[in-house]
Amino acid sequence: MNEAVRFHFVVDGEDFTSAGQASVQVKKNLRRLGIPPEIIRKISIAMYEGEINMVIHADGGEADVLVYEDRIVMILTDRGPGIADVEKAMQEGFSTAPDNVRTLGFGAGMGLPNMKRYTDDMKIESVVGEGTTITMTVLLA
Amino acid sequence: MTVQQLKDHLSLTALTLPDGEREIRGVYVGDLLSWVMGRARADDVWLTIMSNLNIVAVATLADVSCIILCEGMTLEESVRSIAEAKGVNILTTEAPAYETAKRLSEFGL
Repeated sequence: MNEAVRFHFVVDGEDFTSAGQASVQVKKNLRRLGIPPEIIRKISIAMYEGEINMVIHADGGEADVLVYEDRIVMILTDRGPGIADVEKAMQEGFSTAPDNVRTLGFGAGMGLPNMKRYTDDMKIESVVGEGTTITMTVLLA
Repeated sequence: MTVQQLKDHLSLTALTLPDGEREIRGVYVGDLLSWVMGRARADDVWLTIMSNLNIVAVATLADVSCIILCEGMTLEESVRSIAEAKGVNILTTEAPAYETAKRLSEFGL
């Protein structure tokens, strides 16, 4: 396996309106690498949902995107409150987002389901009180 | 049909139009941003009443051809200038989303 191209981002937890900077940058970087547009669309949407989640729930976090020859892996890590019931969190429409986030059009309980929808594999590792790591893979077939 | 042609046919007001030659292939209506990202397709027209900065990121990432703000919604200048810089077309109309969607269907969308 060739060494991956790696992009690293710090997601700022303070500023809700600037969320998306990492996703938009990933989109640009992948376009430069010649990744097909439909794949880029999937990755950037999944990444943006993850970024928004980190800003809403975890006061920010870090994101790594690894580009291999046959797949792209996104690893999102935060030191937030953790997810108590992952199965429930994966249900469309279930949300613990506060009201101020809802008035901006988020908090519909679609973030994690969208991340799953747009990726080929998604793994959630979460410990209540410690944080959450989400690993998503999109195949380049 | 291009975004510029759509603007002219429906007498929409352009708040930003950095890419008027962008082709339109469909329509999506919605205000919940994650829902829009999950369901809208690339090159859709997106009808919404949301006007905060996050719509610029959603439009970019979901790759829609333009946003139409319905019910006379408009943008703060700070949002407008970022949308312009990021190449996101945003139009506005006094008509509600349903009326706007009906008119879009007259053009085969």
